[in-house]
Amino acid sequence: MEDALLYGRLQFAFTITYHYLFPQLTMGLALIIAVYKGFYLRTDKIIFNEAAKFWAKIFAINFGMGVVTGIPMEFQFGTNWAQFSERTGNIIGQTLAMEGMFSFFLESSFLGLFLFGEKILGQKLHFLTAFLIFIGSWASGYLIIATHSWMQNPVGYEILANGKFALNNFSELFSNPWFLPSFFHNQMASMVTTSFVIASVGAFYLLVNKHKEYAHLFLKTAIISGIISTVFVAVPTGDLLAKQVAKNQPVTLAAMEGLFNAEKGAPIVLIGQPNMKEQRLDNKIEVPNVLSFLTYERWDAEIKGLNDFPEETWPTNIPGLYYSYHIMVGLGTIFIGIMFLAVWFLWRKKLEIRRWFLWVLLFAVPFPYIANTAGWYTSELGRQPYLVYGLFKTSDGISESVSAGNTLFTLLGFVGLYLFLGFIMLILVGKTIHKGPSEITLKNN
Amino acid sequence: MEITWYVILCFMLVMYIVLDGFDFGAGIIHLFFTKNDKEKKQVMRAIGPFWDGNEVWLIAAGGVLFATFPTLYASAFSGFYLPLIMILWLFIFRALGIEFTHLINHELWIKPWQRSFGLSSLLLALFFGIAFGNIIRGVNLGGVENGIAQFNNSYAFFTPLWDGSFSPFAERPGVIDWFTITIGLVAVLSLTIHGAYWIILKTEGDFVKKLQKKILPLWITLLVLVIISIIAFVAMKSFNSELFNQHPAIYLLPVITFLGFLGMLVFRKSNKHWLGFASSTTFIICGIGSAVASMFPIVIPSTNSIIESLTIYNTASEAYALEVGLVWWVIAFALVLVYFTFVHKIYKGKLTNKHDHH
Repeated sequence: MEDALLYGRLQFAFTITYHYLFPQLTMGLALIIAVYKGFYLRTDKIIFNEAAKFWAKIFAINFGMGVVTGIPMEFQFGTNWAQFSERTGNIIGQTLAMEGMFSFFLESSFLGLFLFGEKILGQKLHFLTAFLIFIGSWASGYLIIATHSWMQNPVGYEILANGKFALNNFSELFSNPWFLPSFFHNQMASMVTTSFVIASVGAFYLLVNKHKEYAHLFLKTAIISGIISTVFVAVPTGDLLAKQVAKNQPVTLAAMEGLFNAEKGAPIVLIGQPNMKEQRLDNKIEVPNVLSFLTYERWDAEIKGLNDFPEETWPTNIPGLYYSYHIMVGLGTIFIGIMFLAVWFLWRKKLEIRRWFLWVLLFAVPFPYIANTAGWYTSELGRQPYLVYGLFKTSDGISESVSAGNTLFTLLGFVGLYLFLGFIMLILVGKTIHKGPSEITLKNN
Repeated sequence: MEITWYVILCFMLVMYIVLDGFDFGAGIIHLFFTKNDKEKKQVMRAIGPFWDGNEVWLIAAGGVLFATFPTLYASAFSGFYLPLIMILWLFIFRALGIEFTHLINHELWIKPWQRSFGLSSLLLALFFGIAFGNIIRGVNLGGVENGIAQFNNSYAFFTPLWDGSFSPFAERPGVIDWFTITIGLVAVLSLTIHGAYWIILKTEGDFVKKLQKKILPLWITLLVLVIISIIAFVAMKSFNSELFNQHPAIYLLPVITFLGFLGMLVFRKSNKHWLGFASSTTFIICGIGSAVASMFPIVIPSTNSIIESLTIYNTASEAYALEVGLVWWVIAFALVLVYFTFVHKIYKGKLTNKHDHH
């Protein structure tokens, strides 16, 4: 049973981590593409339309990957987490089913029209399809985060005599105080990834001296959306979400910060390694009082440490949680720095001659993916050992009829298949970037 | 309320089988009956704008199943663990086979993706038929061995891919036995004809004539398989006529199924191309409808005498969740109808090469 639980968790973690590499880009790109189409309608400048078409190709590949790796997610609740599904289905099934009905139908109906129907539809309807795909993809995020928020901070439920969770207030699923900060935090994080991807392609074209007109447009777009999203992902959305953690999962906050004992005027730790045996952080560098201030807006407020809570409620992987959180925050801070510098260079029209900075933008692209993943790991590891915080343990959720051997078999299958898919996908994206946006259409106008 | 949701769920699943069914059929035709690039393109053209939206019916039905019959969702998905995960893998190969084929124009790239599309379509049709056969046959709920349930949850079961005997009467019947494989083949043949009628409806030219000639041998093979499966069905279980006696109108379902089946043969060369597609659609809808009605209200029959079968009543969500779900479902469904009308209006009539993606 122990092995079955481990493999079940690994399979979910692997498939969801891999899956989310794609939506974090497509949600952001959907918005950018709709904006480009909108600008084209207003200004009639062909470059906006061609830019939209170019990103639509990259969008299509990523969206396809997102869809094919997303379907296993919905099925896995049933295949590997049957006991969890059986007991909470009438609540979390609700929002997941809504995702299918409201979001997937919308996206799938209009994606083909958007990708291939520009001539048949005409410009106005074509803009509309781009806009609807943006709505569909963000609605998907909205409903998934509503589901996620219920697991983090259950609301609107009662527990029946047979142990099942029954929904008793539908609207509370959406007025859950955990929900909106999470949603906007996540969407901003998705915009950060998108901004860095677009900036990287723009920087690449400038460095190889190709598609320069597009490169300038891409960099400008990326820097504007980058400065907004890198700041907003921290303040107010990240800050508000951290306050939810402090309020509803104080033990998780203590673990994230590596705080073993309660402190007045708790410091924020920049670097340090949790030493679980000695219950302290090794080699730490910290800024005094900041954590207290960030959490309670008072410099000397007391923050509870792990030892103030019963050990069985501690997150199961405290070093993992601590590192995830610090990687996310550390990278997020660096992103803000890069984007401020980029705004400065853009404003002084120095982007093109600051070659070293273009190299920075070119190679920055994996890091927002790492930060997004680390952010989700913070959230998920922070919720452990529970599936429904405080109420339902992860170990009680597994399918009892699926043996460890069967799960390991499918886990290995997923790993092999997804490695292959990743390889195919990189070839296709590389080819699209190498070919670049259309220069002929641009010249003819 | 349980009945309302059961009807909705069956409706969504049948919509899925009718719509994605012609995609599977197109894939099978693509695999076996297309000789050249032009014919392959014609097959892809007929499903290109629609297949993605069609597949969503399954995903949405899965979500609705989760929300409204969580016990059934948990039971079936964990019990049919291996075949379901394999279906997921096949879905991946089919989707990439359709969408990625044309992204690099080189034979070494195109050929494998085309095969990937055809083979995964064939296997998906077979697997879905086998799955349906499993649900008719029933499973060893509770994992009963020697009269003792092995699992704590009575909905839990685990079906191995096969049992050495390949018999539906085994104590722990596997996913694949001679009965379920027959139903699987019925599904493959039905959907091939269904897909052929869709291509006949949506495209034109020599390939349409070629397909019309293929329908007779396909239909005769299907006839043989249907007869075998009906005999097997009768031999295997006693017919549950409860619902039929309460509502005699339901006897019309098998009658209409039969008429649809005849239509699939009769209209093969008709100039009114929609008649063939309408017949195969009728056959699929009413055929599944008859089987479902003969089981009602059971959704997963138990093959042992210790654990009782899963029904719509012992697997459904609580009343409040069912009620509130109905509100948003109706709104969402109205929107789906709008999208569906819009897309099919844009791509109405025969699709020619100006509708091709590349």
